[in-house]
Amino acid sequence: MDVWISIIISICAASTPLLIAATGELVVERSGVLNLGVEGMMVMGAVAAFSVAQLTGNPYLGAIAAIFVGALFSMLFAFLTLTLVANQVATGLALTILGLGLSGMIGEGFVGQPGIRMENIHIPVLTDLPVVGKLIFGQDLIFYISIALVFGVGWFLFKTHAGLMLRSVGDSHSSAHALGIKVIQIRYLAILFGGACAGLAGAHLSLVYVPQWVEGMTAGRGWIALALVVFASWRPGRVLIGAYLFGAVTIGQFHVQAIGVAIPAQFLTSLPYLATIVVLVLIARNRRLTMINTPASLGQPFVPDR
Amino acid sequence: MKKTLFALAASCAVLTSNMAFGADGDKTKACFVYIGPTGDFGWTYQHDQGRLAVEAALGDKVETAFLESVPESAEAQRPIEAFARNGCNIIFTTSFNYMDPTNKAAKKHPKVKFEHATGYKRESPNVSTYSSKFYQGRYVQGQIAAKMSKTGVAGYIASFPIPEVVRGINSFILGAQSINPDFSLKVVWVSTWFDPPKEADAAKALIDQGVDIITQHTDSTAAMQVAAERGIKAFGQASDMIKFGPETQLTAIIDDWAPYYIERVKAVVDGNWEQQDVWHGMDHGSVAMAPFTNMPDDVSALATKTTTAITDGSLEPFTGPITKQDGTEWLKAGEKADIGTLLGMNFYVKGVDDKLPQ
Repeated sequence: MDVWISIIISICAASTPLLIAATGELVVERSGVLNLGVEGMMVMGAVAAFSVAQLTGNPYLGAIAAIFVGALFSMLFAFLTLTLVANQVATGLALTILGLGLSGMIGEGFVGQPGIRMENIHIPVLTDLPVVGKLIFGQDLIFYISIALVFGVGWFLFKTHAGLMLRSVGDSHSSAHALGIKVIQIRYLAILFGGACAGLAGAHLSLVYVPQWVEGMTAGRGWIALALVVFASWRPGRVLIGAYLFGAVTIGQFHVQAIGVAIPAQFLTSLPYLATIVVLVLIARNRRLTMINTPASLGQPFVPDR
Repeated sequence: MKKTLFALAASCAVLTSNMAFGADGDKTKACFVYIGPTGDFGWTYQHDQGRLAVEAALGDKVETAFLESVPESAEAQRPIEAFARNGCNIIFTTSFNYMDPTNKAAKKHPKVKFEHATGYKRESPNVSTYSSKFYQGRYVQGQIAAKMSKTGVAGYIASFPIPEVVRGINSFILGAQSINPDFSLKVVWVSTWFDPPKEADAAKALIDQGVDIITQHTDSTAAMQVAAERGIKAFGQASDMIKFGPETQLTAIIDDWAPYYIERVKAVVDGNWEQQDVWHGMDHGSVAMAPFTNMPDDVSALATKTTTAITDGSLEPFTGPITKQDGTEWLKAGEKADIGTLLGMNFYVKGVDDKLPQ
């Protein structure tokens, strides 16, 4: 039984950064903006978290710094695409490239230092409960934030007035504008939120997952998060399912290998990506479902006077 | 649309790599192509230490340049050729799958010298290959693992099923079986050289499956950190990783490329570079063991003894009798493996609990 709990905790760790980054990007895309810079913001978050944790000795300050840096970095994207109306795809890619390079430069002095791990929380009695204690009451803080975040975003988008405004901006910015909704302002805030989430996801990587800083340590997780948003057809609950499915396949395939099941290892390691593609294809086949959920103005620039 | 995005994303790795061009007329320019970042504190880090040693040893006569995180695909062709076109006199390509791109570039640029690490193709006279007998260190690790493990099972995080990696796995299990004939080894393939979170995942899976010693053939220190967190022992890879597991690391195989790089760059400076294929081991100091730590004295004494025996040549890990995984005999008692089989090794020996991906 302990083994299973341990496996599930590994799955949580593998899924958490994806879940946080994807939830942030979901809000951004729901507002009609496609920010392909998730990888770049995530890696900036990772380096910020690690360096601040090293300098202050406090991983929680590191995580706060990551949120701040991710948000700040996303403002560059927001300014270029919203205020200067630059192409979102190109700007997002540029943000990723810039983030990977810049983080490498900032983090140069921190390479090769063992980091400070954000310890798992420990609540007397509860954490010591048999079986579920460690799973439910004994993980790191960022894990709990990720779960709260997904439900919070779901509630915000579909149960609040502000969420309705955000979705209306994403579905038709001109109509929203005509109704007097401040399109640009809402998009700025959405991008800011997405950046903060990506930063926190990066903090999870460099403070919890592997407490160290190495250049490019996100290793494509930002792109997976982007795919998850489409995978989830822009629904927060499905992002949760998608992230945990991906995490479970990622961890599960190593177990299948370790047990010694005679399935080629190359096939197993590609399984998480294959699963993503299969689901994307299935979603794309159902046109109605896609039409209902896709933010209609996704990726389109908005200029009020035109 | 999606396709273009991914193509663009793939080229990011190349674009973000450090590029330093601009050759000075009389200086010899030595250029290095790396698979990972120089700060991986494993494989690429050690190659970069070799590059720095070249600068220190040859001073004004040379200048160096490097490209890091170059993917091992057709993508590698462009950066290697860019180096060749931009005044590099000697180019070191330091990962197995740069083999074909290196040979292709060498044909197009006959005046430039190419040195390919861990490969075996030398299709034109300006290509040399070089490697080190890391498997010698794996044998020592196997012995230590068999002595230290309580479960009798070790875990091996492997990258790609190339001869270099398979040889390491076989040597490890042979070392372990020389102590405990029933010792077994679980292998997990991660299909990457460098992805710290993925390497950590693999380590966690192996530990959950009951191994109590971790060894790896990937380049980051992530597995060492997981082992430390879970309170088991592990071996460092390519570089001394003791900082990441002060109470965890038993020893590490340290790659020392400096002597070779200095020798080869100097040969270009002196104008007497010739094609060759070298495979040095502990005897040349190109494979060294980090201090034996976190183990009882008798185990470290044994490890020291084995290291000495391999260094002076009295012990060769691949000496018969050795049975292959499928039960057929590979080497008769006392027979030593020939270099060709070792270099192209594509089978497991008995005791490896895994099916070799082909």
